[in-house]
Amino acid sequence: MREEDDPAATAPSAPVKRHRLSTRLWHWTTALCVYVLFTSGLGIFNAHPRLYWGDYGANFDRPWLELARFGSAWTLPSTYDLALSRRWHLAFALVLAFALLAYMLWSLANRHVTRDLALRKADLRWATIRREIADHARLRFPRGAAALRYNVLQKASYIAVIFILLPVLTFTGLAMSPGMDAAWPWLTQFSGGRQSARSIHFIAAWLLFAFFLVHIVMVLLAGAGNGLRGMITGWYRVPEARPGDRDGEGERESAGEGRP
Amino acid sequence: MTSPLSRRALLSGLTVGAAGMLAGCDRLGRDEDFRKALFSAENMHKWLQRSLQDRDALAREFRPDQRSPFFRGNGTLNPGTPAYAALWRNGFVDWRLRVDGLVGRPLSLSLAQLQAMPQRVQTTRHDCVEGWSAIGTWRGVPLATVLDAAALSTRARYLVFHCMDDMGGGVDYYESIDLVDAFHPQTILALALNDALLPVRNGAPLRLRVERQLGYKHAKYLSRIEAVADLSAVRGGHGGFWEDVAGYDWYAGI
Repeated sequence: MREEDDPAATAPSAPVKRHRLSTRLWHWTTALCVYVLFTSGLGIFNAHPRLYWGDYGANFDRPWLELARFGSAWTLPSTYDLALSRRWHLAFALVLAFALLAYMLWSLANRHVTRDLALRKADLRWATIRREIADHARLRFPRGAAALRYNVLQKASYIAVIFILLPVLTFTGLAMSPGMDAAWPWLTQFSGGRQSARSIHFIAAWLLFAFFLVHIVMVLLAGAGNGLRGMITGWYRVPEARPGDRDGEGERESAGEGRP
Repeated sequence: MTSPLSRRALLSGLTVGAAGMLAGCDRLGRDEDFRKALFSAENMHKWLQRSLQDRDALAREFRPDQRSPFFRGNGTLNPGTPAYAALWRNGFVDWRLRVDGLVGRPLSLSLAQLQAMPQRVQTTRHDCVEGWSAIGTWRGVPLATVLDAAALSTRARYLVFHCMDDMGGGVDYYESIDLVDAFHPQTILALALNDALLPVRNGAPLRLRVERQLGYKHAKYLSRIEAVADLSAVRGGHGGFWEDVAGYDWYAGI
């Protein structure tokens, strides 16, 4: 059944503007960058699939992790080519890092961060967190006005990705560069040495991959068509509230980030 | 589900999409114009790093007790040619380092002459493009000293390092750096590693150390330093063996 023919889907409300242009542009730019960086990063990892802690680490030192090379479905390019993997990686790293910087500054300036992402007292109440986890576990997604707000789990994961994971990836990436080691020696030392930086970079990349999987699954379960349209065009159709549903906490009036 | 797309369609779409992305990116990676755009990021990194670095900013130096227990070799572990074997058998007394090209006073330096010049000792981290690192103590002659002795011409922009290791089909390894790195205090022609003469696997009798760049720039088994005005006429034109044959970045600071 097509959406237009489904009375339940069309009846409730006209689409609302959910995501700002800056958010949508950043989202898809970053999605592309993360795809290229993850796959080309695994291609680079394949050149020496061992990880160490500390300043040095090479074949005769003891790695904390030693893996087989990632297969051709995982790496960019699909056949082993360290030089080309690096070209992809280092070009898109620039795009990711500067897009992130611009988005952070812009989101602070237009109050996207304080309005939509910042955790509020109500979010941090144990009862709220417990209910959100229970709702997620039962795949019971918010409807009505509550669907326009980020819940505590969404906020926490978006904050973790934007303000922790992506910056950690950027800075540990830089910490591996011998040129940056001379320019900003504190960067490598703060990472615990070049090999620690490489290990942290690898772990953070897989945490980002884990976020990607959960993110995709959640989008699929919550209504992929509506979610995708929201992130592409900005327009989002609010799912009708269930009878008797509590409409979020009712604490805030402003709902979607696109609202004035 | 009220979505126009079913979950299964989306999941298989994702799988097909990922395969398609990869195939598309693979194809892009072979396209000449796209490669040109992709490879231009190197210039951006070089510009950013050179802007953030002091010209003489030093790579971190370590204490001798922080060294790797074993400093591995990589790439060529022994040039293996009869000519190299003959030099090695004689303790490299017949070996000479030629310094020529755009210089006022071409040089031919013996090992003893290089040993007699002022030396710099530095314990630094060697960062391989493959991802591993090793820390070792190098001793050698600052490249600046040799270039001054050779009266480097003001027309010179790059130093090309010619090596004795045959990379196959009679093609010797080579590398190049610009004057910023050539006159950097940590850029030395290393004669010794960890308080002993350079082992064969690490580039005996002489190798370059250019500490703010990745390992492949640190040419081993040196035989000649050539000063040039530009790199396009040298060998494959990209400034180094791996740059020519595999598309590695010429600027290896990242």
